[in-house]
Amino acid sequence: MVLMVFLAVMAVAIARQRNLFAAVMLTGIFSLLSAAVFVVLDAVDVAFTEAAVGAGITTVLMLATLGRTASRQREDHRPPVAALVVSVACGALLLYATTGLPPMGEPQAPAMQHVAPRYIQESPREVGVPNMVTSVLASYRGYDTLGEVTVIFTAGIGVLSLIGVARRRGTRR
Amino acid sequence: MEHNIILRVVTRLLVSPIMLFALYVQFHGDYGPGGGFQAGVIFGAAFILYGLLFGVARVQGVAPPPVVRTLAAAGVLIYAGVGVASLLLGGNYLDYDVLADDPVAGQHLGILLIELGVGVTVASTMIMLFYAFGTRD
Repeated sequence: MVLMVFLAVMAVAIARQRNLFAAVMLTGIFSLLSAAVFVVLDAVDVAFTEAAVGAGITTVLMLATLGRTASRQREDHRPPVAALVVSVACGALLLYATTGLPPMGEPQAPAMQHVAPRYIQESPREVGVPNMVTSVLASYRGYDTLGEVTVIFTAGIGVLSLIGVARRRGTRR
Repeated sequence: MEHNIILRVVTRLLVSPIMLFALYVQFHGDYGPGGGFQAGVIFGAAFILYGLLFGVARVQGVAPPPVVRTLAAAGVLIYAGVGVASLLLGGNYLDYDVLADDPVAGQHLGILLIELGVGVTVASTMIMLFYAFGTRD
């Protein structure tokens, strides 16, 4: 609960921040806080990923980008009414949706009934890996993970072709 | 940042433990939290940290961009190759049971190999992105 309050405070601080450098650092802290939330929810693997990717790499890449652009946001004096309406409406909708969710850790929840019991009961015998998250990710859901790796690879190639092409044209002039 | 002596000294000290930790996360993912994704990001972070402090050119001396690009593709190929290998050995695609005599040993081998593929791709993609954003004209 305390962590959630911290998260909310951090989100408001990021939105109000005009100095982009400070905003990037605050998003790093935001990621670290959400990693802490995941630890509290016993999702250690997710927390690890969030801390490494969200707080680590993303912050550094944003800083590297800021090094190439300006570090202050352009002043905009119009009150952001439309953005405020959209985000409040989205937030209210999500809050309303959480009332339909089963309580956390509920064994009768649909997500716990489908394939989870099989993973929990059979994976020590079938895969024999102590970390069940790994056995689900790498073995039972091997296709999905292959897809994720391909997505990362494709994203990297995409960035490279966009930025690389622009630079080559620049030097030719 | 390049003239800050504390950052430079601490980075020199930390880069090798960070890489060691990445390898630990990579190969201990079967037993504790972690795996290829996290390990790849940590391994890439070691290179990026060094590059931020000592310049991209010195990192590119260790990890030349063509090599990094090749490794990014190689990781995906390792992963897909494990699937093809299990096909050739008579199983379904990405069915690691057939990779060794014992299904559980096959699962261990398969998971180790595909996590390696994930780690290689993620680390080299991160370094590749850093090269793309970090090199100034």
